[in-house]
Amino acid sequence: MLYALLIAPFTEFDFMRRALVGASVLALSAAPIGVFLMLRRMSLVGDAMAHAILPGAALGYLVAGLSLGAMTLGGLIAGFAVALLAGLIARITRLREDASLAAFYLMSLALGVTLISARGSNIDLLHVLFGSVLALDDQALILIGGVATVTLVTLAIIIRPLVMESIDPVFLRSVSRAGAPAHLAFLALAVLNLVGGFQALGTLLAVGLMMLPAIAARFWARTLTGMIAVATLIGIVATYAGLLLSYHLGLASGPTIILVAGVLYLLSIIAGTQGGLLLALLPRKHLEA
Amino acid sequence: MSEPAICCADITLGYGPHPAVHHLDGDIDRGSLTAILGPNGAGKSTLLKAIAGELKPIAGHFDFGTPKPRIAYLPQIAEIDRSFPLTVFELLSLGLWRKTGLFGGLSHDDRHAVEQALHAVGLVGFENRTLDTLSGGQMSRVLFARVMLQDADIVLLDEPFAAIDTRTVADLMGLIAHWHAEGRTILAVLHDEALARAHFPTTLLLARETIAWGPTEDVLTETNLRAARRMVEAHDPHAPVCEVA
Repeated sequence: MLYALLIAPFTEFDFMRRALVGASVLALSAAPIGVFLMLRRMSLVGDAMAHAILPGAALGYLVAGLSLGAMTLGGLIAGFAVALLAGLIARITRLREDASLAAFYLMSLALGVTLISARGSNIDLLHVLFGSVLALDDQALILIGGVATVTLVTLAIIIRPLVMESIDPVFLRSVSRAGAPAHLAFLALAVLNLVGGFQALGTLLAVGLMMLPAIAARFWARTLTGMIAVATLIGIVATYAGLLLSYHLGLASGPTIILVAGVLYLLSIIAGTQGGLLLALLPRKHLEA
Repeated sequence: MSEPAICCADITLGYGPHPAVHHLDGDIDRGSLTAILGPNGAGKSTLLKAIAGELKPIAGHFDFGTPKPRIAYLPQIAEIDRSFPLTVFELLSLGLWRKTGLFGGLSHDDRHAVEQALHAVGLVGFENRTLDTLSGGQMSRVLFARVMLQDADIVLLDEPFAAIDTRTVADLMGLIAHWHAEGRTILAVLHDEALARAHFPTTLLLARETIAWGPTEDVLTETNLRAARRMVEAHDPHAPVCEVA
C-alpha cells in the first residue's frame, strides 16, 4: 500500500524517475543560490532574472524550434547580458543594482513577449513559461547536471568574497579585489540555474525552487551552512512530494512542486525553530544567566 | 625622525563638487597615535576612507612610502550587515585573509590566533555566536579582534567608541595603547575630547579645513574648538571654484 503510494510511481515510470532526479539536482544547485540572494536582500532578483531570460529563450525557439540547445543558449546570453549590464551600471553610476536590474529586465521581457507573440502561438509561450518536468530527456538531464556541477564548484571558489561582500564590503576591498568578480560570477550562477531550471519547471517556476526553500530555511537554521543544508533538503522534499501529488491527483507537475515548496514555507513560518510563530506563542522559558 | 608613515600632500576629498576635506597638508608620523576630532560633516570618516583607499582624492595624493604598508580599517558598526548569519569565529577567520587568501585553509596556528584575539578583547566563548546576537559593544570588540588579526602597519578606526559603555572603552583603549607600543601607526576618529586628551599624543582638528594639527594639548584649545564649531555644514551653492593649485 505504502509502496504503491510512495515508491511505485518512480519504479514503474521512467519519466517520473527522470523528473525526480532532474528536479532534485536542480534543487541541490539552486538552493544555495537562493540563500545568498535572500541574505543579500535580492530575493526578487531571481524573479527579474527569470523574466530577463525569456527573450533569449524565445529567440532560440524562433530560430531552431523547441530545441534545448538553442533555447538554453539564447536564455544564457540574454540573462548574462542583463545581469552584467545591471551589475556594471550599479558599480559605475549612482543607480542601485535593483533599480538598474529592473530597468533592464523590463526591456528584456517586453522584447521577449513581442518576439513570441509576433511568431509563435500561446501554447508555445505556455511551454516556455511553465516547462515540462515530465519530459526531461537525456540532454536536459545532462544540462541540469552540468549546471549543478558548475554552480557548486564556482560557489566553493567565490564563497569567501561573496560572504564578505555581503557583510562588510569595505573590509573586503581593503584586502582583496575579488569582490566585484565574485559578485558578477554569482549573478551569472543565478542566471545559469534559472536557465537550467526553465526546461524542467519553466522560467517562472524555476525561481520558486530557488527562492522558496531558501526563504523557508531562514526559519530553521542559524548559520549560513545550516541554511544552505536546510534549503537543499526542503527543495528535494518538495520535488519528491510534488511529483507524487501530481501523479496521484493528476495535477501539473512543475507547479505542484512549487506549491509544495510554498506549503513547506508556510509551515516553516508557523513551526520554525528560529523565530517561528508557534514558538512566540508558547510560554517562554528563560535561563538563569 | 624616520620618514612619515603617511604623507598627505595637499589632499582635497569629496563626493561631488563640494569638498568634504579641503587642502589637508601634513605628515602622519610612523608609530604615532592620532585622534581626529571635529564636528559632524567635518570630513573625518571621509579622510579615513581615503587613506584606506576607498575614495580617490579630488586633488593631492597620499604617499605611503615603500614598501606599501598594510592598512587595517575598522568601519563604523552601522556599515556592517549584522543580520547575515555568520558566526564570530567565521568573521574573525576572514580577518586572516592576507594569510589564507581565497582558498587557504585555517591552520592550527590560525585557529589559535583567532582564539587569542577573542581572548584579548574579552570575548572568550563567543566563537559560535552569530553576529545578530551581539550587542553593540560586543560587536565593537569583535571588530577590534579582527584588526588584531590583520596585523597591519597602519590602523584606521572610524568612531570605535560610538555608543559604547565606559568599561568597554577602557578595555579597547588598552588594546589601542598596546598597538601603539608595538609601533603601529594609529588614527582614530573620536567625538570625545577628554578621551583624546587622556590617551592620544597627537590630534588633528578637522572642520573641512584643517583647524589645527599637532600635540593634543596645543590643538584642543578653546579658540580652536570654537573655530571648528563655526564650520557651516550646509553646502554653499554659490561657492566659487577653488583656485588653489
